[in-house]
Amino acid sequence: MTQLWDFSGGVHPAEHKQLSTGRPIRTAGIPSQLVLPLQQHIGEPAEPLVSLGDHVLKGQKIADVSHGMGVPVHAPTSGIVASIGDYPVPHPSGMADKCIVLKPDGKDEWCERYPLSDYRKLDRNEVLGIIHSAGVAGMGGAGFPTDIKLKPSRDRKVDTLILNGAECEPYITADDMTMRERADKVVDGLKVMAWILRPERCVIGIEDNKPEAAAALREATQGTKIEIAVIPTKYPSGGEKQLIRILTGMEVPSGGIPADIGVMCQNVGTAVAVAQAVFEGTPLIRRVVTLTGAALETPGNFDVLLGTPVQYLLDQAGLQPDDVSRLILGGPMMGYTLTTTAVPVIKTSNCIIAATASELPAPPPEQACIRCGQCAEACPMELLPQQLFWYAKAEEFEKAEHLNLFDCIECGACSYVCPSSIPLVQYYRYAKGEIRLQRAEQLKADRARERFEARQQRLEREQLEKDQRRKERAKAAAEAQAKKKADAEKAAANGEAVDERGARSALVEQALARKKASTNAARIQPADKPEAATLPEPAPEEPDIEALEKQLTQAQTKLETMQAMLEDAKAQQADNLDKLERAVAKNHDRVKRAQDALTEARRMLAPQPEARSETQPIK
Amino acid sequence: MAFVQQSSPHAHNARPTSKVMLWVILAALPGLLAQTLFFGWGNLINVVWCIAIALASEAAILKLRSKPVAFFLRDNTAAVTGLLLGLSLPQFAPWWVSAVAVVSAIVVAKQLYGGLGSNPFNPAMVGYALVLISFPVAMTTNWAEPALLWGNAPGFGDTLTAIASGQQTAVDGWTMATPLDEYKHKIATHTAAEVLVHPTFGEGFARGWEWVNAAFLAGGILLICLRIITWHIPVAVLGGLVAMSLAFGSNADQYAPLSLHLLAGGTMLGAFFIATDPVSAATSHQGKLIYGAGIGVLIYLIRSWGNYPDAVAFSVLLMNFAVPFIDHYTPPRTYGHHKAHRGLSGRGRS
Repeated sequence: MTQLWDFSGGVHPAEHKQLSTGRPIRTAGIPSQLVLPLQQHIGEPAEPLVSLGDHVLKGQKIADVSHGMGVPVHAPTSGIVASIGDYPVPHPSGMADKCIVLKPDGKDEWCERYPLSDYRKLDRNEVLGIIHSAGVAGMGGAGFPTDIKLKPSRDRKVDTLILNGAECEPYITADDMTMRERADKVVDGLKVMAWILRPERCVIGIEDNKPEAAAALREATQGTKIEIAVIPTKYPSGGEKQLIRILTGMEVPSGGIPADIGVMCQNVGTAVAVAQAVFEGTPLIRRVVTLTGAALETPGNFDVLLGTPVQYLLDQAGLQPDDVSRLILGGPMMGYTLTTTAVPVIKTSNCIIAATASELPAPPPEQACIRCGQCAEACPMELLPQQLFWYAKAEEFEKAEHLNLFDCIECGACSYVCPSSIPLVQYYRYAKGEIRLQRAEQLKADRARERFEARQQRLEREQLEKDQRRKERAKAAAEAQAKKKADAEKAAANGEAVDERGARSALVEQALARKKASTNAARIQPADKPEAATLPEPAPEEPDIEALEKQLTQAQTKLETMQAMLEDAKAQQADNLDKLERAVAKNHDRVKRAQDALTEARRMLAPQPEARSETQPIK
Repeated sequence: MAFVQQSSPHAHNARPTSKVMLWVILAALPGLLAQTLFFGWGNLINVVWCIAIALASEAAILKLRSKPVAFFLRDNTAAVTGLLLGLSLPQFAPWWVSAVAVVSAIVVAKQLYGGLGSNPFNPAMVGYALVLISFPVAMTTNWAEPALLWGNAPGFGDTLTAIASGQQTAVDGWTMATPLDEYKHKIATHTAAEVLVHPTFGEGFARGWEWVNAAFLAGGILLICLRIITWHIPVAVLGGLVAMSLAFGSNADQYAPLSLHLLAGGTMLGAFFIATDPVSAATSHQGKLIYGAGIGVLIYLIRSWGNYPDAVAFSVLLMNFAVPFIDHYTPPRTYGHHKAHRGLSGRGRS
C-alpha cells in the first residue's frame, strides 16, 4: 500500500461522471472538414508545410516548428488542404487564429509509418526525437511539448515519475475510459517514459471513484514495479501540485517546477500518445474527448480526430439544441465557455459539456464579502483568497502579490464555496493580468528612460565639444588680432605701411592649419565610433535645411489638424475644449520654433562658405 | 444558438449568506428557549422587538444610502444583529433602550461603515456597549429573577407592560443582579459560602443561567458541525477564560470560581455566537486562536478587575480593534513556500 498524504483545502463537487461512463469509447468518424490550429500548446506556433490545394495523407506532417519550443501538426486523415487562414480556435477569449483546413477525401489513406518494436536499442535522444516528431504534447492541461518535458536539465534528476489518472474535475471521464479500455497502452507509454527518465519510482495516481480503471491498470501492471495509488476523491487532487503532495508528501517550490524536487507528472492520455508514437509510428492525430451534459441524448466518450468541429461531435452525441444553455470546453471547475460550436478539438481538449440552464444555473448576484473564511478553508494552495480578493478589488496589487497571488492555480474551489457568490477567480485573473501589464510597462519605461538618459549624455557631450571648438576659434582669433596689432605697431614703429593683406593671409593660413589638424584627427578616429567622447567630433555642424523644412511642414499640418479638431469640439460643445486649446497653443509654438530654426539655419549657411568647404571630400 | 458566457468555475455549491444567517438564528433558538423557560417572557419579547427594529432601521438606512433594500434585507444579517441584542439585553430592558441599542448597531456600527462586510466592529456589541454606558441603571437593574420554573414569575402581559412602559424601576419585585455581579460585589465582604446562599446561585452554579449557557453551547456545537463557524474562536475564548481563571481565581473567597465564569454570564453566547461574527473577527486559523484567546483573557480581566459587569461586549470590541493587526501577522504559509509572509518582512519570495 502506497503511503498517501493529504493536501489542505479542497472541495467535493457533485461528480456527474456516470453520465458519460455508461458507453464504451465510440469512434467519432470523419467530419466534412477538419480545422487544425497551428498552435495547440504552449510555445511557438507551427508553420505550414503545405499549400492550398495540396493532397495530404493521414499522418503526414503538415506544419512544423522551425525554431523555439513546439511540436509539429499532422494531417488526421487524407484529403485536400482547403484553406489556410484565421478560424475560431478554442480559447477563453473566443479569438481566431491561423489554422489549416483539411477537406477529407474519405479514403483515410495512411502515409508510411515506422513502428518500433524494440525502442531500447535506440539512443534515448532518438526516442525523444520520435516523440517530438509525432507531435506529442501534454494532453491534460496546458499542453507542454512532451519531449521537452521528458528531458529535464542535468541537475534535475527525476526520482519519481507520476502518471496522473486522478481526473478530479466533475463530468470529465476521458482519462477514466482510456484507463479502462486502453490500460495496456497507458502502461506501455509509461514504460517508455520511465526508460527515458530512469526514475526510482513509477506511480499511477487514480481517484477512488474510478475502481474499474484502477482494476484494469492493476492487471496491466502485473509483474512490474509500477505502483497503483488509489487516492481519496477530492477536488483538485488531479492538480499537479496537489497530486505530488498526495503521493510524495513533497511540495513543488513556489515558482518552480516538479523536476526541482525530482518529480515529474504526465497525463494518462499523453502516455497513450507516447506509446502510439513509438510502437505504431502514429503521430498524435486523435484523442479521447468526453461529451457530456444534460442537453445531450447519448453522452459518452469519443475517439476524435484532432480538428473535428465541436458541432459535429455534439450532433454525434445527440444534442438537444433547445435545451443547451451553456457550452463548456473542459470541466465545470476550470473550463471556459464557448461562443461558437465551430471551434475544433485540439490536443488539450478533454471534455465538452452541453449543460442545460437548470444543470449549471447562473450564479446569484455578487454580495458583500462577510469574511467567513470558507474560501481559505477550501483553498488547496493555502492562500487567503478573501484578502487576495480584497486587494484585487482595491487594485492594491502589490499587497496581493505579497500574499502570493501568483501561487493561485485558479482551481475555482474558493468561488465554489463562497456564500456571497463572489467570482473570486475572476478577480485573481484580473489582478494577475494587471500586474503582468504593469511589469511589461515598467520594463518599457525603464528602456525608454535609459534611451533618454543616453541621448541627454550625447547632447551634453556635443554641446561641450561645440563650446570647446568655439573657445579654440576665439583664442585663435584673439591671437591673430594680437599678432595683427603687434605687426601694425611694429610697422608703425618702423614707419612702414600697414600690410593688411599679410595679416589676412596669416589668418587664412591659421584656418587651414586648424582644418588639417581636425582632418587628421578624423582619420585616426573614424566617424563610425561616436562613443569616443573625449576626441573632437569631426562631423560638420551644417544645419540640414531640408530636414528643417520638413519639420516646419509637419508642424504646420499638425497645427491645422488640431485647429480643425478644436473647431469641431467647439461646435459640439465637447468637454475636452481646454485640452485641445492647450494642444493648439503648443503646436503654434512648435511651428514658430521650426520657422525660427529654419531662418537661423539659412542665415548661418549663407555667409559661411568656410563651413561648406569642410564638407568637401578630402584628398 | 446563443450560449451563456460565464467565467469558471461553472459549478457552485455555496450556502448563501442568507442561509448561513438563518442557521445562526436556528442555532440560537435553544438558548432563547432556555432563557424563556428560566427567566420569563422578557428575552422573547426583546428578540421580536429587536429584530423588528433591526429590519426597519436597516431598510431605512439602505433606502437613504440608495441601496437595493430587499436584496440586502434578505441576507438575514440585520435579523441576526437584532437577535443577538435581544438575547443579550436584560429581560426587562425598557423598549427604548433596546431600540437605541439596535439602531446604533445597524445604522452607526454597520451601515455607516459601508454595510455588510465593511464594519470593523461587531454591530450588536457596539449597540450593547453604547446603551450600557449611556443607561447604566436600566442595564443593570432589569435582569429577571430566575424564577419561572419555580412559580411567582410575571406573566407575558406583565412583562410586556413592564418593557413597554419604559420605566426603569417599575419591576422591582422581579428583578435582581446577575450572578457574576452579585458574587463580585459580595465577595469583598463575605466568604464564598456566604455569598452562594443568595437564591441566584441555586445549587452552587447559577440558577437558570447554567441551562441557558448549556443551550447556547449546544447551539454553538451545532454551528461547528454544520461548518458555519470553525472551532478555533470559541475554543480559544473558553481556553483563555479558563486559563486566566486557573491562574488567578483559584481562591473562591476572593474571585468568582471557574464554574461561574463559564456558566453564569454571557460566556457561551459570546464565545459561539458573538465572537465568531466573521466580519469583525480574525481570518486565518492562527489569527482566530489569538483573537479568541484575547477575548477570553479580556473577559476575565474585565469581570475580575473592571468596573462594568458586562465583559463580553467590551472584550469583543477590544479584540475587534486588534483584528487588522492580528491578520497582518498571521497569514498561513502558502503551498510551496518555506514560511509565511508575515507583516512587512520577507517582501521577496521565500
